[in-house]
Amino acid sequence: MTTTIGADERVKHTSTVRRALVRPELGAMGGTIAVFAFFIILAGNTQMFALDGIMNWSTVSAQFVVLAVGVSLLMITGEFDLSLGSMVGFSGMMFGLLAVYVGLPAWAAIGVTVLACGLIGAINGLLVIRTGLPSFIVTLAFMFILRGLTIWSAITFNKQPVVSGIADISAGDPVAWLFGGKALGALFAWLGEQGWIATYTRGTRMGQPIVDGIPMLIIWAIVMVIVGQWVLTRTRFGNWIYAAGGDPQAARYIGVPVARVKVAMFIVAALCATLLGISQAVEFGSAASDRGMMKEFEAIICVVIGGALLTGGYGSVIGAALGAVIFGVVQQGLFFTNVESSLFRVFLGSILLAAVIANTYIRRAITGER
Amino acid sequence: MKNRVLKAALLAGLAVSATLGFAGTALADGEKYVLIHHSPDSETFWNTVKNGASLAAENVGATVTFRNPPTGDLADMVRIIQQTAAEKPDGIIVTIPDVETVGGAIEDAVAKGIPVVTMNTGTAEESKKLGALLHVGQPEFDAGKGAGERAKAAGITSFLCVNSLFPNIAGQQRCEGFAAGLGVPLGDQMIDSGTDATEIANRVKAYLSNHPDTGAVLTLGPMTALPTIKALKDTGLAGTIFFATFDLTPEISQAIKDGVINFAIDQQPFLQGYLPVITLTNDLRYGVLQANSVLSGPGFVTKDNLALVESLAGKYR
Repeated sequence: MTTTIGADERVKHTSTVRRALVRPELGAMGGTIAVFAFFIILAGNTQMFALDGIMNWSTVSAQFVVLAVGVSLLMITGEFDLSLGSMVGFSGMMFGLLAVYVGLPAWAAIGVTVLACGLIGAINGLLVIRTGLPSFIVTLAFMFILRGLTIWSAITFNKQPVVSGIADISAGDPVAWLFGGKALGALFAWLGEQGWIATYTRGTRMGQPIVDGIPMLIIWAIVMVIVGQWVLTRTRFGNWIYAAGGDPQAARYIGVPVARVKVAMFIVAALCATLLGISQAVEFGSAASDRGMMKEFEAIICVVIGGALLTGGYGSVIGAALGAVIFGVVQQGLFFTNVESSLFRVFLGSILLAAVIANTYIRRAITGER
Repeated sequence: MKNRVLKAALLAGLAVSATLGFAGTALADGEKYVLIHHSPDSETFWNTVKNGASLAAENVGATVTFRNPPTGDLADMVRIIQQTAAEKPDGIIVTIPDVETVGGAIEDAVAKGIPVVTMNTGTAEESKKLGALLHVGQPEFDAGKGAGERAKAAGITSFLCVNSLFPNIAGQQRCEGFAAGLGVPLGDQMIDSGTDATEIANRVKAYLSNHPDTGAVLTLGPMTALPTIKALKDTGLAGTIFFATFDLTPEISQAIKDGVINFAIDQQPFLQGYLPVITLTNDLRYGVLQANSVLSGPGFVTKDNLALVESLAGKYR
């Protein structure tokens, strides 16, 4: 559905450089470069940029990326989901209880959890569409409902808020490995033998490589960013996402199924949270009812740093992912330096403010709004 | 105007609690106690307190209900104390997370003639000043110091304190106590770990890679202990680095068995729940009251005394 544009006086000519640079994610790119420069200066001589240090902040960033992809798509359709943090706790707990108490094998427990949480996402979306209430309100309700159910079910079935014993059940399960395992272990072991990457020199794991694989969450994050950005910028459905958030009424007039698009994005966001919840449960071998606290806001912050608008219709998946990387690096970076560790919040707030101000100017340059 | 809003809110609250059936628990003869604590809903620790208090209430034929601010917000806790005092229960059991914040509300409850027993956080002195009958708890600094002395005996000179209770003074006191027990200044050996499992694990890894000669790790509860166990296992330090933690869960017991954790500092939450109920009941029914506050901890759980503790872990210990 593309037509070549010739010399048309109605089309404003912009230089290729400008077009390449002025994108929603430009602010996040600048921020990423600034943050890395900051830490290379401050922590360049520490372990932060050794292989294990990189894995360290990458894993934390990947947590944010996984959520931010779903949240950015949802926010571009003009909706919020404040129940995502609770969904992280809820999905982990559901998987844990199904595996430990119902006795399902890990793959089945994961399957049931994914279906149930997708359904909750759909309910969220349908309630927003049917009632016409702001999603901010509807999902705020679900934030409490899901957190309450998580704690209640843990106490009821397990007598305490942490369900343990997941490690034994998920050990050797291929589906559980997909969520909480590590990829390319053999490659890293071989690299360690060759002496190309650092190995342990003390402790119980002497001779083994310090980094023994890439956590699956990082792989998920990379794949999700690529798929999400491709859907958003290269498919018709991506245009619908922008249209549904930009001007739903106009979108309906030209035949975009706005309601369906929004509900679909609620489901995607819920599934992103579910992925994170199950991954943490498998990785730590336990499901705690307080997992995912505040994650919904952290995800929104990542997306906003990435250039999205709170009002919908504008943003990008790549930007959100970069915002998530900034968040993760700042969260963890200060622990490699000798800076007082509680300052990371101050740092985060400042970056958020700077990014949002920069994004506003960039957006005006793109859209020509005043 | 303000009054009307408050009344409406109270009515709404009553309606909700009535529909949920919480209003119908009044027993004809037993005393009604309310236990108010400061932790968010998800702390394992408070389960053991509840078990202790419920068992004591069952034993004496009283009832005890539990209330806490869902997010751990102390301002919310103050409201809960005020609300509870207005209901005039037979006794209130309450924590003192910060005497500045919640002290006034507790004093008001005492002034209303409601007998109050404080427990868990706070000190015996604070409890006395507020007019409570007594305090059942573990002095934070002393508990940390006791643990630090044990670590010092094992030849430890430096440590990392993984503090997830950052805005809460108790965490700071525990870390400082441990440092005092070792005889070193705390300095920057305490990190703000946050509350996300992955972030905690990775921050511990980051600190240890940055300070490779750290001799010991101190975690302040299960929330930080479990990710720290994982971080140490990941980095192959499990069992080689001295590891002490506050409080017990089945996982922590297991880690003590595996030799990953040297000991757990047990403040015996069961007693913190059990004793206040008994104290209040004895005082109300028979007019007897012991003359001093109770130190419920520190008890130290090591490999040697784990067997019994483990059989009761999560329920009574």
